[in-house]
Amino acid sequence: MADLTLIETPEPLDPASPLAVRGLTVSYGEKPALFSLDAQFPVGAMSAIVGPNGAGKSTFLKAALGLIPKVSGEVSVFGRDADRMRDRIAYVPQRASVDWDFPTTALDVVLMGLFGQVGLWRRITGQHRAHARACLARVGMEDFADRQIGQLSGGQQQRIFLARALAQDADLFLLDEPFAGVDAATEAAIIGVLKSLKAEGRSVVAVHHDLSTVAEYFDHVLLVNLRRIAEGPVATTFTADTLAEAYGGRLGAVQIDALALQGG
Amino acid sequence: MGAEFVQFSLTPILIGIFASVACALPGNFLILRRQALIGDAISHVVLPGIVVAFLITGTVATWPMLAGAAGAALVAVVLIEAVRRLGKIEPGAAMGVIFTSLFAGGVLLLEQSDTSNVHLDVEHALMGNLEQLIWLRADGWASLLDPIALSHLPPELPRMAIATLIIAALTWVFWRPLKLSSFDEGFARALGLPVNLISLGLVAAAAAAAVAAFDAVGSIIVIAMFICPPAAARLMTNRLGAQVGWSVVFATLSAILGYILAGYGPLWLGASNSVSAAGMVAAVSGVILALACLFGPARHRVGVAAGG
Repeated sequence: MADLTLIETPEPLDPASPLAVRGLTVSYGEKPALFSLDAQFPVGAMSAIVGPNGAGKSTFLKAALGLIPKVSGEVSVFGRDADRMRDRIAYVPQRASVDWDFPTTALDVVLMGLFGQVGLWRRITGQHRAHARACLARVGMEDFADRQIGQLSGGQQQRIFLARALAQDADLFLLDEPFAGVDAATEAAIIGVLKSLKAEGRSVVAVHHDLSTVAEYFDHVLLVNLRRIAEGPVATTFTADTLAEAYGGRLGAVQIDALALQGG
Repeated sequence: MGAEFVQFSLTPILIGIFASVACALPGNFLILRRQALIGDAISHVVLPGIVVAFLITGTVATWPMLAGAAGAALVAVVLIEAVRRLGKIEPGAAMGVIFTSLFAGGVLLLEQSDTSNVHLDVEHALMGNLEQLIWLRADGWASLLDPIALSHLPPELPRMAIATLIIAALTWVFWRPLKLSSFDEGFARALGLPVNLISLGLVAAAAAAAVAAFDAVGSIIVIAMFICPPAAARLMTNRLGAQVGWSVVFATLSAILGYILAGYGPLWLGASNSVSAAGMVAAVSGVILALACLFGPARHRVGVAAGG
């Protein structure tokens, strides 16, 4: 462990970056899940975290947010400690991480995004509800406000999660596999919202599993497989070489060439 | 309903209602968190804790009992974790093994210790002594306004009432974080909510309800009330607030109907003796759950949501 401290660089992480990490190491038990990862996402851009299953993509988001303990490493959100920037971060967990049978409505879930404003005590007013409904409308779900969440399709549930994040009015959106198991209409709705967030100058960082849409959706990419494989603009970073390195034998040479061509 | 009802039925019914509601309130959240077994475990583990606390202090006062139960819960958590890791078995099984062993240990300890001058024996542990919590000094409804008669109320009544009010108040105050962290723990953590502390607080509230209810109504009611009224309530509605409301209604109904049926039911059927009120209250809550399973408006849920 001693040599880890020796290679630590003293200069601060870029304060302009919505999310920057250095030397992030996370382990589940004995097995490392991420090893000494560096990353720096650009502001006002859409960034993808890409890598094979078990590469540590979700772990990266959770560790950056402080949801799981890290062994070592620094995390900076707009140049400050992530703990002090919680009201500027909106997190969209994996849809499968919650029990959708929970007795609550779509509108109620979106109102949960306002907890930072209302806290324990402050009354939820008509204004709060109107804001939550507007967020539902933005993801095309305004007609489902009073529906119990278990009665929604997977794609609709994912859109409710995104609406809750919108309600937080954050500057940094962290999404864990927002397109996993959703229908085409939902994928289009979500990408439309994310692009509008980018147009408003907000930053989006998403764990993404579909290699065929990386080039179409994202500006910046972090390729990860326990450690950082490559990071940078999609056009120059999402190449046959880096994909082969990240995925090893799991992708065929033909697939890699096809994907890298799309990436330009 | 006159003087006799106030003397012999009013206080046991009220104590039954308070105990049932105190357990049903945290039970709602335990069930939604898929932790219903924790309520069961707590009510078992409480027994050895209470016995040890009694052996140390020599009294059955509330605070030593609570401390004893908390200590036993802590021991149980450590043991469950140890069995799970050393035995490499699934958490549910580890929990089952530990809480039944601890409960059995509590029963043995209780038999061996001299508790003749206090209300603490195996029968009480299981069934409480609801029928004996009567108000002999009362001579009608007017006694409710008579300070002398009121001072002879069974002490379990104000104790249980206060415990229930505290649990209700805590549920109300921490409603939003409880709901948020029960639904989506990851999101709650990302907001900066102390999720572990909330979970701990919920289990502590359940333990406090179990301890407060324990010596009056026994563990049968405690175990039943953690699960049956909230589970039945979930089948009535798709809103958390309404679910908690229904669970309070069902808990209250179980306590009233159970007590009356235990006292008079056998007579109506021609038998001469009454049956255990605790057993009947728990049985009624089970019947309510069965009815909710058959007729509850929100029972057709699973499978409604099509993936995609």
